[in-house]
Amino acid sequence: MKRSNKPIFWSLFGAGGMLSALVGPGLIYVTGIAVPLGIMNQEALAYERVAALAHSGFGKLALFLVISLFLFHGCHRMYHCLHDFGIHVGPGLKAAFHGFAAAGSAAALYLLIAVGS
Amino acid sequence: MKTYTRPMGAWWTRNPYYLWYMLREASCVFITVYALILLVGLFRLSQGKAPYERWLEGLASPLSLLFHALALVLVLYHSWTWFKVMPKTLPFVRIGAWRVPDRAIVVTGVCAAVACTVLIVLLAATT
Amino acid sequence: MRKIEIQCLRYHPVTDAAPRWQTYEVPFTDDMSVLQGLQHVKDHLDGSLTFRWSCRMAICGSCGMMVNGEPKLSCETFLRDLYPGPVRVEALNHFPIVRDLVIEQSDFLEKLESVKPYLIAEEASPGKTFLQTPRQMEDYYQYSKCINCLLCYAACPQYGLNDKFTGPAALALLHRYNADSRDAGKAERMELVNAEDGVWGCTLVGYCSEVCPKEVDPARAINQNKINSTKDYFLRFFKK
Repeated sequence: MKRSNKPIFWSLFGAGGMLSALVGPGLIYVTGIAVPLGIMNQEALAYERVAALAHSGFGKLALFLVISLFLFHGCHRMYHCLHDFGIHVGPGLKAAFHGFAAAGSAAALYLLIAVGS
Repeated sequence: MKTYTRPMGAWWTRNPYYLWYMLREASCVFITVYALILLVGLFRLSQGKAPYERWLEGLASPLSLLFHALALVLVLYHSWTWFKVMPKTLPFVRIGAWRVPDRAIVVTGVCAAVACTVLIVLLAATT
Repeated sequence: MRKIEIQCLRYHPVTDAAPRWQTYEVPFTDDMSVLQGLQHVKDHLDGSLTFRWSCRMAICGSCGMMVNGEPKLSCETFLRDLYPGPVRVEALNHFPIVRDLVIEQSDFLEKLESVKPYLIAEEASPGKTFLQTPRQMEDYYQYSKCINCLLCYAACPQYGLNDKFTGPAALALLHRYNADSRDAGKAERMELVNAEDGVWGCTLVGYCSEVCPKEVDPARAINQNKINSTKDYFLRFFKK
């Protein structure tokens, strides 16, 4: 019986799931609702402030982990959802979904290096 | 032996339990899109102040607000179901001879999520 | 006496191209189970109705069927709780129907065999005895309570979508042996655990554990082994 490669993707899925369960609500609330609606001061997401975060080592790590792990979690689950809906999923779709998450992660990494310090 | 195999069809519609499961799974779409929104924001940040501030303005659009409202509801449901199910993914946790009940693990997880949310809101709010 | 309508999904392999519903009006008392309702049909209304049953007390695992869309043991589901009805009774989901409420279960029996459901000794040591503490027994006890009733397979959509998936009861039994301190066969069972249709076929819907009449919690048994399988995957290069 062939050994499944699931552990790799499941670990990423699990890490992303844990992270999004912990910080997802807070982040979505702040960036998507509180600041845009004015419940929270616009200053919270000011350019200078966020740029400073992206310049810092901690900020780079945090931003990378959030973007990358959220993507891996989401893409892995979306792939499985297709199967749940009865759509035949093969290695092609598997590579596409996880490849998309990897590409997004790579883009985030590039940008975080590009913004410098 | 001749048997009859029933088709699966739209199985998730045939039991409320399955519908809640599909809702939990659907949260992943919103989490993915949110990550992409952040990625775009990071890109605009790298381009400079004006492009970044245009991205910020986009967050205040009705479509964005609707998306984030739905995303918030679904990520909260994801968070709740994640910790509710966590005891099943762990071996029995013991402190000495006492087995930590599942409820304690769920409560710990939910408290951690609440603490993180409060922390994020406070960190964001205090400029 | 009150009456309740029981609708049964009928199917005869020789005469029927597809299953069809048939309705029976069954008089019942408050102590009657769905099984007793079906027995009344067979004894007094329609002798051709075919279904499995044995102990009448939720220990043999024979009488599993779908009652109003939920997998249940018909001997411990009561007509008084379903009144005024109608009660829709169907063969267990995700299994081929042989006739009426009887399913073809040989797939499960093969899966059961495949997990090596017996204690595997470290070395041949006839006459060896084991001491086991209550805590060691707690590690596997709940998984030993399975009565092979197949309600969990009827509940599991992943098994319904892919019948190559080893499935809840078989994997719970696998874990029952791995977790037993007297067993030394974990390595032999890993191949099945690690396979795509082993623990990785599960997406933690969790309905299996909801419907289990013996509180085996197969979802827990399977998902604990996802961590074991992951450890095995990444640490295999460090094993001698």
